[in-house]
Amino acid sequence: MFWIAAVAPLATVVYAAVAAGRLGADGVWIETYRWVPVLGLDLGFRLDQFALLMLVIIGVVGLCVFTYAASYFHDGPEVARTAAVLLAFAGAMVGLVLSDNVLLLFLFWELTTVTSFLLIGTNDEQVGARSAALHALLVTGGGGLTMLGGLVLVAQQAGTWSLSAWVSAPPSGTVVTAGVGLILVGALTKSAQVPFHSWLAGAMAAPTPISAFLHSATMVKAGVFLVARLAPAFSTLGVWRWMVLGAGAASLLLGGYRALRQHDLKLVLAYGTISQLGLLMILFGAGTTEMATAGCALLLAHAAFKAALFLTVGVVDHQTHTRDLRQLTGLGRRWPVVTAAAALAAASMAGLPPLIGFIAKEFALKGALEEGVPGGRLLLVAIVVGSMLTVAYSARFVWGAFGSPDPHHGSGFEHVGADAPHPSKVFASAPVALGIVGLVLGLAPMLINGLVGNAVAALGYVGPAPALHLWSGFNAALALSAVVIAGGVVLFLLRGPVERFQERTPHVPSALRAYERGLQGVLVGSDRLTGVTQSGSLPVYIGVVLLTAVLVPLIPLLSQGGPEEWPALYDSPLQLVFGLVIVVAAFAAAMARRRFVAVLLLGAVGYAIVGMFVVQGAPDLALTLVLIETLGIVAFVLVLRHLPENFRPTMLPGRKLVPAIIGTVVGLFVFVFMLTAGSLRDTSLSADSAAAAVAAGNASVSQEYLVRSEPEAKGRNIVNVIVVDFRGFDTLGEITVLVVATLGVVGLVRAGRRRDGEPGDVGPGDAEPAPMMTSTGAAEADPEPTA
Amino acid sequence: MSAAQPIDQGDPPEHGGAPMRPPSLILDVVVRAEFHVLLIVSTYLLFAGHNSPGGGFVGGLVAGAACATRYVAGGPAELRRSIRARPTTILGAGLLISVSTAFLSLYNDGGFLQHRLLSVDVPFIGPVKTSSAFFFDFGVYLVVLGTVLLILSVLGSPTEDDA
Repeated sequence: MFWIAAVAPLATVVYAAVAAGRLGADGVWIETYRWVPVLGLDLGFRLDQFALLMLVIIGVVGLCVFTYAASYFHDGPEVARTAAVLLAFAGAMVGLVLSDNVLLLFLFWELTTVTSFLLIGTNDEQVGARSAALHALLVTGGGGLTMLGGLVLVAQQAGTWSLSAWVSAPPSGTVVTAGVGLILVGALTKSAQVPFHSWLAGAMAAPTPISAFLHSATMVKAGVFLVARLAPAFSTLGVWRWMVLGAGAASLLLGGYRALRQHDLKLVLAYGTISQLGLLMILFGAGTTEMATAGCALLLAHAAFKAALFLTVGVVDHQTHTRDLRQLTGLGRRWPVVTAAAALAAASMAGLPPLIGFIAKEFALKGALEEGVPGGRLLLVAIVVGSMLTVAYSARFVWGAFGSPDPHHGSGFEHVGADAPHPSKVFASAPVALGIVGLVLGLAPMLINGLVGNAVAALGYVGPAPALHLWSGFNAALALSAVVIAGGVVLFLLRGPVERFQERTPHVPSALRAYERGLQGVLVGSDRLTGVTQSGSLPVYIGVVLLTAVLVPLIPLLSQGGPEEWPALYDSPLQLVFGLVIVVAAFAAAMARRRFVAVLLLGAVGYAIVGMFVVQGAPDLALTLVLIETLGIVAFVLVLRHLPENFRPTMLPGRKLVPAIIGTVVGLFVFVFMLTAGSLRDTSLSADSAAAAVAAGNASVSQEYLVRSEPEAKGRNIVNVIVVDFRGFDTLGEITVLVVATLGVVGLVRAGRRRDGEPGDVGPGDAEPAPMMTSTGAAEADPEPTA
Repeated sequence: MSAAQPIDQGDPPEHGGAPMRPPSLILDVVVRAEFHVLLIVSTYLLFAGHNSPGGGFVGGLVAGAACATRYVAGGPAELRRSIRARPTTILGAGLLISVSTAFLSLYNDGGFLQHRLLSVDVPFIGPVKTSSAFFFDFGVYLVVLGTVLLILSVLGSPTEDDA
């Protein structure tokens, strides 16, 4: 499966290579297709050198991950699904980096959210995996929605949905500032920055190849990507500096600090990712050419070493069935090649020469030493301390996974690894290859000089990007690097005390706990709300529905102020007869003691109204109503079999009074409403007068339908033409509702029967009357021909 | 109220269709005679709907009423015998037909739900003109019929009271 899927990332790499040749140093390739022009949503794609850099990362890492996954996953029915979702995830990320239309970008953004939800929950039979997936979905999905709000705000001010247009001509103002703040919330949640970082640690519930992809090339890089894109336009805003640089620095330090106490190799790496992403945020968010150059280099370096390390953990986990660094021993001697590659990758992460990670860190320090960097020395200190922590946890990773037993952890751990089977060559090739990439690029940075330089220029920075080189002489940055490495080594040597210190100090503002509390609060709150609003009492529901139906139209009705003229009392003596029947039957129905009698009397009311329709000349209405009444009585009779013969006698006076009041109010309201509405309408609906009104341009809706029915819809029955053609959309909605309601009724009735343990004891409980109401309600909600 | 016994869960294969009252011969014969007449009337209403009173909604109700008479005469078993297809199938087919009609009109540059006049040459009868709205209405017909059937079969399936 994964071999087949690997064709797609391979194609991405080939495409990127071809495009790089065609594009030239500062070329841009734009393709736009119309999609929903009304919303400003176009399929607008734009390939420039920065998008190319991202494409290379996604393609190369994707290729490694997919070939690796072919050996990692054992064949099974779920593997095909996993491969497909992982491919969709990669595809969404490719779409994201290529989108120029911000709405399209949002679309791909949320696609990565949804696919990552599915990927994290791959082992869906485990509770932990499911809740981790939900956590990621809620945090990144919520951030995405916040971002959408920001995108709309900025787009309104900029007058365009094009991301590149925003950067070339940045809008400004308070609204833009607010919008940028909202966009940054999206970027920070996606890139797992403090205080939204907790989902990423949980996301390691995913199988390792997926984690590798998610941490190195996709998902979390989306936030960095967006910040990189927007930085040239908005990095001078105050909100930008606080959010990007503040959250970046906090993540850099906190992630590194937390990584020092983890025992699960994957968790060490996960907190390391949070830390490294914080550094990337700082580099891209600072808004200077030097920092952005370092950012692009670190983007490449991080993709290579993080993927290599995760894949190595996968190999370890797959062969030894543990990831606990207190148990793993002796793997270094058994698997020299894998160990060497992992050590190279970890050294690149730590920023040791001569690896690409070292170059990136050197340029970061150099950039932070420059004048004019926001935050100045504070930022420099954060980078230095964060890098020290990085050195320490990199060493901790290598030592833990491949070293000999660590006396700091004491005994009591079963040691695993001395007899672990060797991984196959294909399986181990991906992490080894990625580890070597870091070394090659470190020794020969000129290979990526063009790519990085062009990418920085494509982002919109003026001034040439400094060329990457391994040795740039003795300077302040080199001295700081030495301090970083020395500090990191000291931290590693003191790993025992550091770990114990962390265990003793409670980390009070825990983001994970805040998330859990929040989720719990929402669940409890909605539970209470449901308890208050859903009483389960049918009379209460009907009362609320009826009173709402009265109160809402009452406001415009009062402003209208009653009927202008009273219509004639009756047009035909038959109407008097039917009216009398209606009144008498309605009162009798309200007075009836037996349910069956009440139903029959209601039927009498209905049939009398049918008579009214016939007299008034509305055969369609009459035909429909007579059938509805008939079937309604049948349905009632069927339900009445389950109910006691008589209504329950009530002792409480209010039980009878309140329904009576509600009924009277509704009746009065409908009476006044019909009179007022009727007097407002032009009632002359003869063909000639309607045609005249249409010609004069002041026709009412009914007059217009009358005139347009035959020539336009080729139908003489206006009622039917309205139902299927003029208002066909309504009908479509109504039959959909009808189907859903009917299936709901069926479900309720069957569920009610199943729940009632005592078959003979079906009283006026909750289970039976509810479907009865729904069924008659559905019948009344049918597409009535009187639109 | 009878003694406790297993409740019927919907569609039993053979229940004998215990009617609610002793079957009446007259009712039975009359219903058998009028059932097909009612179905023809409902079909007429469906076809005539565009130009004279009727339409898919009323047609579906008439067909549903025809089935209801079968039910009144012979209980659930008789209802199942009257129309073989399952009510949910009819319901789904109706919605599918209506929705696909709506989407088909997107074809050939039409708007969503924009109906057009169709003319077909039927052998022996000659050219027949209809509108694509007819198929939309046919979907409505099926949905209404399915709803009535489903409600009858669920609310009317034999329960402990009938035993």
